[in-house]
Amino acid sequence: MKHLLSVADLGRDGIEEVLDLTDSFVEVSARAIPKVPALRGRTVVSLFYEDSTRTRLSFEAAAKRLSADTMNFSVGTSAVGKGESLRDTVLTIEAMGVDAIVVRHGSSGVPWQVARWVDASVVNAGDGWHEHPTQALLDCYTLRERLGTLDQRHIAIVGDVKHSRVARSDVLAYTALGASVTLVAPPTLLPPSLEGWPVEVSHDLDGVLRKVDAVELLRMQSERQTEALVPSLREYTATYGLTRERARLLPDEAVIMHPGPMNRGVEIAADVADLPRSVVTRQVANGVAVRMAVLFLLLGAGTA
Amino acid sequence: MSGAVVLRGGTVVDETGSRRADVVVADGVVAAVGEGLEAPRGATVLDAGGCVVAPGLVDLHAHLREPGNEEAETIETGARAAALGGYTAVVAMPNTDPPIDSAGVVREVLELGAGACCEVRPAGAITRGRAGATLAPLAEMAALGVRLFTDDGAGVQDSRLMRRALEYASSLGVTLAQHCEDAGLAAGGHMHEGEWSSRLGVPGVPSEAEELMVARDISLSRLTGAPVHFLHLSTAGSVALVRAAKAEGLRVSAEAAPHHFCLTAAAVASYDPVFKVNPPLRSDADVAAVRSGLADGTIDAIATDHAPHPPEAKEAPFDQAPPGMLGLETALPLALGELGLPVGQVLALLSWRPARIAGLAPGHGGPVRAGVPANLCVIDPGDTWVVDPDRLASRSRNTPYAGRTLTGRARHTVLRGEPVVIDAEAQR
Repeated sequence: MKHLLSVADLGRDGIEEVLDLTDSFVEVSARAIPKVPALRGRTVVSLFYEDSTRTRLSFEAAAKRLSADTMNFSVGTSAVGKGESLRDTVLTIEAMGVDAIVVRHGSSGVPWQVARWVDASVVNAGDGWHEHPTQALLDCYTLRERLGTLDQRHIAIVGDVKHSRVARSDVLAYTALGASVTLVAPPTLLPPSLEGWPVEVSHDLDGVLRKVDAVELLRMQSERQTEALVPSLREYTATYGLTRERARLLPDEAVIMHPGPMNRGVEIAADVADLPRSVVTRQVANGVAVRMAVLFLLLGAGTA
Repeated sequence: MSGAVVLRGGTVVDETGSRRADVVVADGVVAAVGEGLEAPRGATVLDAGGCVVAPGLVDLHAHLREPGNEEAETIETGARAAALGGYTAVVAMPNTDPPIDSAGVVREVLELGAGACCEVRPAGAITRGRAGATLAPLAEMAALGVRLFTDDGAGVQDSRLMRRALEYASSLGVTLAQHCEDAGLAAGGHMHEGEWSSRLGVPGVPSEAEELMVARDISLSRLTGAPVHFLHLSTAGSVALVRAAKAEGLRVSAEAAPHHFCLTAAAVASYDPVFKVNPPLRSDADVAAVRSGLADGTIDAIATDHAPHPPEAKEAPFDQAPPGMLGLETALPLALGELGLPVGQVLALLSWRPARIAGLAPGHGGPVRAGVPANLCVIDPGDTWVVDPDRLASRSRNTPYAGRTLTGRARHTVLRGEPVVIDAEAQR
């Protein structure tokens, strides 16, 4: 595998390979000195055009635990403010000698463009509304940890699917592993067309919650109100928020997920996020190990 | 004055039909058409064996970018690209900088076009600054020969202003042309809204953004009795609206661009901004509807919407890149190869019908007979070539057909009696 741009590049076998490899890196992360020399001498650069705390830090931690050298490029400190084009920036970084570029950009498709311009491996760390494959992989890993398997499991993804790269990647990953997925959102927050999406759609959260193995909440941004996609966040919470009362509808074993950052009190009630069935912090912890597995698969062949 | 030219051994195809004939050109006009004609002393003899000799092509819709965006294209380079594509006349869109919204800028474009490889006719803006608020001086521009007016790049949003423009223009013998896009519905979109935009996570523009304005302007044409020309129709709904308006006898005409009958939104899956264009590449069903509209005459003309952009502009993220693609050098082979129509019908779409809409007939697009201005192209329908962006005459490289093998090409182009393209090479 040269790049990780989309979950679709992996398929079921590829996803399972990453998840199996993640097991061993979870073990590494639990050691007193959580570091292996697998990527010594390799350089991983983070190219982040958008604010991100957990994803950037998670990739950085993953690279460091594999002993790779890391470099950081973020918009505030770069030549982008001086009008440098995306392509020029990317070629400049590559000229410094890098093995992998981890790209986060607010515009869908940028990692595909970067991959056309460079020889280095490209990892999509989130592009616009499109994809966030490592988030999907860590979500799958977390679900497998708690549910044993995703095969025949039922997962609800609730909220702003239209603008969510997490939702697009998760739908691809969950269904590739045999799960069924129900999207729950007002019509204004669903993509205009779901042709080709292997999902069910519901506008009745209460009904869906009673029969799922996992419910995943998506971040609801206040801009959606000014764009007239919902009348108010209050109304959104009343109809699509995971309130304390709604959480009681979940079957006993069902888990609650959120890719973060959470808007407590909007898509998820403050104390619901802290219930034992919530795996939100597990997702973050697994994120590092999953990204170690991804970087190792892209860069480690022949050196491990 | 240039010397005589003989186009030898071709088949003349024009509005009146098709016949084997040589064409002799002298003093800027067609001197004789017939079989086995003598070449005048000192004449340049150009081989037209196996070729179609036709009236020069006429493009209703080219962005030549001058004045103001000369790094993308100039009138000189755009006209050269046009001549190589078989065109003898192009209508230059007014979204320049400054826009063509006054007699002064019209004069500048006409002067810049005077020595170009094809005739360059500016279209004027409907509103001052193309801002959609007040009428541009239509009569002053019409007095300089402007026959088409448009705010292309944007539609005139204000229905009342558009009504006034149509009423005012109806006394001038000119045609208003609309870029149909409801700005509110289209806001924020970067590709066709549908299956692909949903999957790719790119904000979409629904077909209805175009169709709303097509429907509105059909109504306004009915209200005012003034003609309306629809630029770059791209949706099945738009084609159906225009078909019904024509059946009703309204004075509407329409054009479609080659990319709207050759490419679909699926091309955007590469995220290469070379496939970003406005109106956007649409669905298979829309492509089929545009083709049927061209076949049954609902759509009068093929227009390129040639829209050059320098490489750096197209190396941006998809949603930050400007829309537009090159078209002048590829329209003819795409029309010949993709539509499955007889050559005479393809030439009607590329030459005589657009010539009439542009007010350029019969000097352009007219029947090839003695005494008419010699604006001609010689088309080799069997010439097979590969589109190489670096070998195009345009100053820009943003063709969506890079690497594609096309069949059919202009071998020679004659402008006012002078061969400006010989054997697919520009002569100036």
